[in-house]
Amino acid sequence: MSVDAAIEVEGLEKSYGDVHALAGVDLRARAGTVLGLLGPNGAGKTTVVRILTTLLEPDAGTARVAGLDVVRDAIALRSQIGLAGQYAAVDENLTGFENLEMVGRLYHLGKRASRQRADELLERFELDEAGGRLARTYSGGMRRRLDLAAALVAQPPVLFMDEPTTGLDPRSRTSLLETIEARVAEGTTVLLTTQYLDEADRLADRIAVIDHGKVIAEGTSDELKARVGGERLEISLEDPAATDGALAALAPMTGEAPTSEDGRIALPLSRRKGAIAEAVRCLDGAGVAIEDIAMRRPTLDDVFISLTGRAAETREDSDKEEAIP
Amino acid sequence: MSRLSDNASDTMVLARRNLLRIPRAPDLLLSFTVQPVMFVLLFVYVFGGAIQTPGFDDYTDFLMPGIIVQTMSFGGFVTALGLAEDLKKGLIDRFRSLPMSRSAVLTGRTLADVATNLISLTIMITVGLLVGFTFEAGVLEIVAGVVLMLLFGYAFSWVFAFVGLTSSSPEAAQALGFIAIFPLTFASSAFVPIESMPSWLEAFANVNPFTVITDAMRSLWVDTPAGNDVWGAFAWSIGITVIFAGLAVSRYRRAVGR
Repeated sequence: MSVDAAIEVEGLEKSYGDVHALAGVDLRARAGTVLGLLGPNGAGKTTVVRILTTLLEPDAGTARVAGLDVVRDAIALRSQIGLAGQYAAVDENLTGFENLEMVGRLYHLGKRASRQRADELLERFELDEAGGRLARTYSGGMRRRLDLAAALVAQPPVLFMDEPTTGLDPRSRTSLLETIEARVAEGTTVLLTTQYLDEADRLADRIAVIDHGKVIAEGTSDELKARVGGERLEISLEDPAATDGALAALAPMTGEAPTSEDGRIALPLSRRKGAIAEAVRCLDGAGVAIEDIAMRRPTLDDVFISLTGRAAETREDSDKEEAIP
Repeated sequence: MSRLSDNASDTMVLARRNLLRIPRAPDLLLSFTVQPVMFVLLFVYVFGGAIQTPGFDDYTDFLMPGIIVQTMSFGGFVTALGLAEDLKKGLIDRFRSLPMSRSAVLTGRTLADVATNLISLTIMITVGLLVGFTFEAGVLEIVAGVVLMLLFGYAFSWVFAFVGLTSSSPEAAQALGFIAIFPLTFASSAFVPIESMPSWLEAFANVNPFTVITDAMRSLWVDTPAGNDVWGAFAWSIGITVIFAGLAVSRYRRAVGR
């Protein structure tokens, strides 16, 4: 196995009773990069994170993190990883400072170093003023920042973040994403799970799309979007009867055939720049009146429809461990 | 640091964390202060007059060792509740992903219970003395009784640790603990002489560990004939600790968040 891979996963399988949570997952992330694991609820994202953080043993396959086997070298591996989850696992009856100090002590950093590190992290995450308050008085965003700070106490080379932005307001979300970017700039390898393409798009060097326990596509954000068909222009006409004329007028703009339904046209674009103005000119020239025109970016649903031929369905919570007998 | 000293340090860090919770969410404090006192008062003043206890000066002398045994056995429910909460909130996941000792989450919990049990025990003895309980024992026997109670309470902390890791929610942990253990404490010599029970129940009460422990406490504190009860009580306490610590630790290794 190569030295520069911080995460190497081959043929990972895990079942809970009859449910095949993972049916042979392969993943790779180079050191100092961000791997986005993208998929709907129940796709197996959390199970992957749980196996890679030694919380769960796989039924089959191998996984190495920071060069260490997640099963055989589990004890050594735990000092090389940080875990931040969607549940914001902090002790509500401890202060922010006490939470971080406790985690430092459990990493065996020693009393003084743990306190010093707690102070540093509280400052970096703009929690220094709230550091003396009980965590149960924190807002959702503050808790999430404290949770992430706890994951960073030992400055682990590999960081796992399971849906770090779920349930956050937009401002907290932006600030959390900035924090993650700063970590990556310092050389941390990050595996991030998310349900949102834009989040993976912004942070991840490579994205693996996972569904029903399998990686169904893998590549850079641009490669994935190209498979989805990139951006498209959606046009609503004032008169649905004018659809044929409109399609004829727009034909020179695109290599692929535009689709239409009830006076709404979806036009795949090969290039984005100037597309709206050009479409308006074409339709105006053909005398077709426009009610609405907008650029639409691919969503996770688009990726799914494109990759699987169906909409992303949500298997309610089957990713959660309630499935264990 | 060696593994053993890491283990001890992890345990202390987590025991401190568990004890800090008490003044900060004092709802739990009621359950090991006010609740046992209420039980003493109810039994002494409501039932006491109606229960015959031949061989004892009065019902209070009969009751106090028994009701203290019951209180100690429930001290550990804080562990069940705490573990169930930690599981639910994902804290167990965090702990299990850290390079810390695997059993420290449990040893930290059960150690914190010893401290809270000591508080309960002090309150119970004080209230007992106020309502007329008299020791008929030397200092050594009183201390032996205190040690036995802390050991017995510790054993039940491990029972509750297993319950907390097995139940689906903190509420279920609490309910399961009470349903499983409450009747056991009553079907023993703790509150009434077992000779007053129907013969099938008397047979059960005779082998019930709560009877053994209660009789041991009576022989230590009010000088009833000891028989093998004191040794039996220590043996039961150690046996329960060993078995349930094993069960709880193996359960913890497979524990998963919700």
